Amino acid sequence: MSPDNYLYLAAILFTIGAVGVMVRRNALVAFMSVELMLNAANLAMVAFAMARGGLDGQVATFFVMVVAAAEVVVGLSIIITFYRTRRSTSVDAASLLKL
Amino acid sequence: MIPLVTGAEVTFWIVAPLMVLGSLGLLVFRKAVYAALSMAFVMVNLAVLYASMDAMFLTFVQIIVYTGAIMMLFLFVLMLVGIGHQADSLVETIPGQRWLAGLAGLGLLGLILFGIGGSLVGGPRIGLDAANAAHGGNVESLAALIFGRYVFVFELTSALLITAAVGAMVLGQHFRVRPRATQPELAEKRMRDYRALGTHPGPLPNSGVLANHNSIATPALLPDGTVSEASISPTLAGRGVIVDAPAASLATARAFESIESHQGEEDE
Repeated sequence: MSPDNYLYLAAILFTIGAVGVMVRRNALVAFMSVELMLNAANLAMVAFAMARGGLDGQVATFFVMVVAAAEVVVGLSIIITFYRTRRSTSVDAASLLKL
Repeated sequence: MIPLVTGAEVTFWIVAPLMVLGSLGLLVFRKAVYAALSMAFVMVNLAVLYASMDAMFLTFVQIIVYTGAIMMLFLFVLMLVGIGHQADSLVETIPGQRWLAGLAGLGLLGLILFGIGGSLVGGPRIGLDAANAAHGGNVESLAALIFGRYVFVFELTSALLITAAVGAMVLGQHFRVRPRATQPELAEKRMRDYRALGTHPGPLPNSGVLANHNSIATPALLPDGTVSEASISPTLAGRGVIVDAPAASLATARAFESIESHQGEEDE
């Protein structure tokens, strides 16, 4: 099957993730939308790897997963720090990280 | 190329709509837990797509790292910050934000599909059979690349992981953001609230004790038979598990009445 369909799916998922970042106000859900965008980019890279017959796309996806894991750890601890001072995870409540 | 419906194609047309639906759940579910679960669903489906694209290693890494570690970390944090009354409000802080965001999303989709996609799609499909067979399998060939051509990138990720771990530890440290209130200050605040707002300065009332219920979900009844709102936790009230105490006390009152009337008959 042609790899184009995978690319169209990746584009749709990426767009949904971007809209999620813009629309959702809960910081955790906005962060999940960022993860969705990362996953969409991963899907595109794996599809390209299959289309072009090289494994480099899969290696890149693997590294993206490593970076995503590190990013989630730091991001979630920022959200926890923020929650501790504001008692809320809404991005509207955030204007400063300090009190 | 033989125009046959392959397994990968069937998989794609089953999984792709599910993925789009699951990711739309991220936009529409007001409770963050539902959004997290639909996100986990999307990630499992993505692993299925990887499997259909000859990426067996990434299939398992996707399930173990993304669905198993990252999404569960999200769920842990959701539990930490409380999931009972965290539903997003529907009030827009910026007027027309949703429409503008939808419009921007459509523009982005058009940009990706026609701007970038137009120059990329329609290429040949070579397939991974040769690349996978070069070193005896998908995992072996990936290992040859990671520890060969990309070994320096691989080493750099270790620095990234250590930095992230240290960063999480530093951010996770609990610093007191304001000095702890002393007992005189607390008492003073209680009396100030009493004067300004009329808040009851004493302790809150206990939960109710009825014949059939004495859990903390049972509200205490005031002398006139109405529920005392101060006697129940707002968290339990938000979950809607509060016992209907007036109805339960009616049953008690009826049982008491029948016992009394029986006793009255016996006395006569």
